[in-house]
Amino acid sequence: MTDILLIILAMSLLYMSIANRLISYLRILVIQGLILFGATFLTLTELNTVNLLFILLETLVFKAIAVPWFLNHIIRKNRITREAEPYLPNFLSLLIVTLIITAAIILASFINDEHLDKTFFVVAISTIFTGLYLIVSRKKIITHVIGYIVIENGVFVLSLAVGNEMPMLVNLGIMLDIFASVLILGIFFNKIGDVIKDPDVNVLSNLKDS
Amino acid sequence: MIGVYMIVTLLISCGLFFSRNKALNYILVSLFLVSLWGMGVYECFHLNSTAWRFFTTDALGLLLFLALCLIAVPALFHGFRYLEKHNTGETPHSKGFFLGAMVLLIGACSMAYLSNHLAVTWIFIEITTLSASTLIYHHRNLSALEGVWKYVFLCAISITFIYVGILFLSLAMKKAGIEDMTFSSLYANRLNLDPYWLKLSFLFVFTGFTAKFGLVPMYTAGIDAKDKAPAPAGALLSSILMNLGFIGVYRVYAIMAHTPYQGWANTIMIISGILSIFVASVYMTRIKNIKRMFAYSGIEHMGLVVLGLAAGGIGVYAAILHILLHTLVKPTLFFQYNQIYWVYQSKSINDVGDYFKFNKTGAMVVLLAFFSATAMPPSGLFVSEFMIFQSLLEGHHLVLLLAVLVLLTLIIWGFGSNIFKLLFTPLKKSRKDAMMTEQALTFNESSVPRISPWESCSQYVLLALSVYLAYNPPAGLVYLIKNAVALIQ
Repeated sequence: MTDILLIILAMSLLYMSIANRLISYLRILVIQGLILFGATFLTLTELNTVNLLFILLETLVFKAIAVPWFLNHIIRKNRITREAEPYLPNFLSLLIVTLIITAAIILASFINDEHLDKTFFVVAISTIFTGLYLIVSRKKIITHVIGYIVIENGVFVLSLAVGNEMPMLVNLGIMLDIFASVLILGIFFNKIGDVIKDPDVNVLSNLKDS
Repeated sequence: MIGVYMIVTLLISCGLFFSRNKALNYILVSLFLVSLWGMGVYECFHLNSTAWRFFTTDALGLLLFLALCLIAVPALFHGFRYLEKHNTGETPHSKGFFLGAMVLLIGACSMAYLSNHLAVTWIFIEITTLSASTLIYHHRNLSALEGVWKYVFLCAISITFIYVGILFLSLAMKKAGIEDMTFSSLYANRLNLDPYWLKLSFLFVFTGFTAKFGLVPMYTAGIDAKDKAPAPAGALLSSILMNLGFIGVYRVYAIMAHTPYQGWANTIMIISGILSIFVASVYMTRIKNIKRMFAYSGIEHMGLVVLGLAAGGIGVYAAILHILLHTLVKPTLFFQYNQIYWVYQSKSINDVGDYFKFNKTGAMVVLLAFFSATAMPPSGLFVSEFMIFQSLLEGHHLVLLLAVLVLLTLIIWGFGSNIFKLLFTPLKKSRKDAMMTEQALTFNESSVPRISPWESCSQYVLLALSVYLAYNPPAGLVYLIKNAVALIQ
């Protein structure tokens, strides 16, 4: 069951690489949040109840509801156009994400470690690098933030793989989630709307060495 | 003791955030400095003791902590000067925020030095990111927003990388059958760790720490940050925050030392180091922004430090000495920068000149700090840099050494031509403020403020100290550095 969820997560990455509208990205983020909720519930069976509840609450409330809702709010408030504006054609993006997943599978085939479920490793690595790819290949700042949240989802999958033995690490991951989201989204992205009305990455490219 | 210190720091910085009163600001900052120095003295007498399970005062942590104590005093002093004199238009609100963030940054760095657990270090790195971004955004304008956006985003990715490294490390620990992730337990079991995960973990942690350390690939965030933050904050970002990256890399590298994979780690560090020096030399030769030039000089020194670490031998000793002396030298340039900006109201090298005429004491500091930062004798950094070259020679990295020497010559040329332009070239009568607007400004000599020589005192003290420590190191310093080197050799 966990495997099926993780494979759906990997498939959502492929869809993300060709999605055109920002709202589709947000829907994918919601789906990924729900998948992580399910995967947490199925994987972390050895944790004590309070800790597990805390983690489940974080994935559900934070990843699946609050962050996508807040991003939607920002898009509405700043009247960001709904196109994702990729630098590369969609077909090429699809190819690159496929290559990332293949490379992750090849990397995983070198591991012979009975402690680790390889599916977790493959999905986590491909999610992290797809997030990085989304950041470099999309033009808008808001898509950079979405790319970063995808990276965080990948990291969360990886932390689930070691979660039963080291619950502290999962809690640390949640701290990372909350910290980065509050810093990037809460304090900061609101400000971008206040200071400049056009939240396009091109506006923020004046600092350089001439 | 460490708990008291942590709570006091937190309370003081909270107090400063909400403080609207000048006298209260002075009192709170003085209180913080007293507690910081008290903590430093206390730690001197408690070497290698563990408090609260996660904080151990080892030799390297103590060294960097003491360097931080030294820098904190002038940094906060110049912070006050900046708020009261140099920058008009500060509100009580913004003053409180600035000082609170400075205290929080210093406090978080000092705690991160002492932590003996990678995850705990990681938590304090998050706090430094938070406080540094407050400092960078101090001016609340578009370019500050751009600087803070880039910094926050890159730092967020860098701490994610460190976190992934921690996860891989925990996988490596499973094979060794240990649960305790403190550095001491990792050193003890380093041969039992799973090599595949250990290597992957080192790669991710190293990449993550480069954002704070100021190395290729993630150095870019720091440059914009040091440019946009007020100069006293820039001094902290270019000294104690870079040391934080150093201590992280050093502790993780110490796990790799004495294992068969040390050579592999060395290769990564050498690539990163030489690329950093290369990047610094490319930008230093053509840069026009004085503050960014200082920031790139830091990148160069960190490249040298990491080369010294990777070369081994005497290089490890030299790397630690180099980072300590750099902590004393680099802030002087940033402290002095405030006065330069006050005189010329511009960051661009095209708008400055004849600095000796306007501020003799300050110009002397700039000249001496230039000699120190480029490691020309009698600079203290000359000693450590010379030892790093020696270690590269002994390690049979001849081509590397030649490349470093050529690049350093380029850097001295670029740095020198800008600094001498600032100090000696006659000033043009009319100039264009090309950095910010196209609007022509005329420089009015009578409007240049008088700068009291007292403001440059702390810089002289720091520079003199860096020379003294390099040529006549006290026995305690040598003992501590040798103790820290023992982790690797």
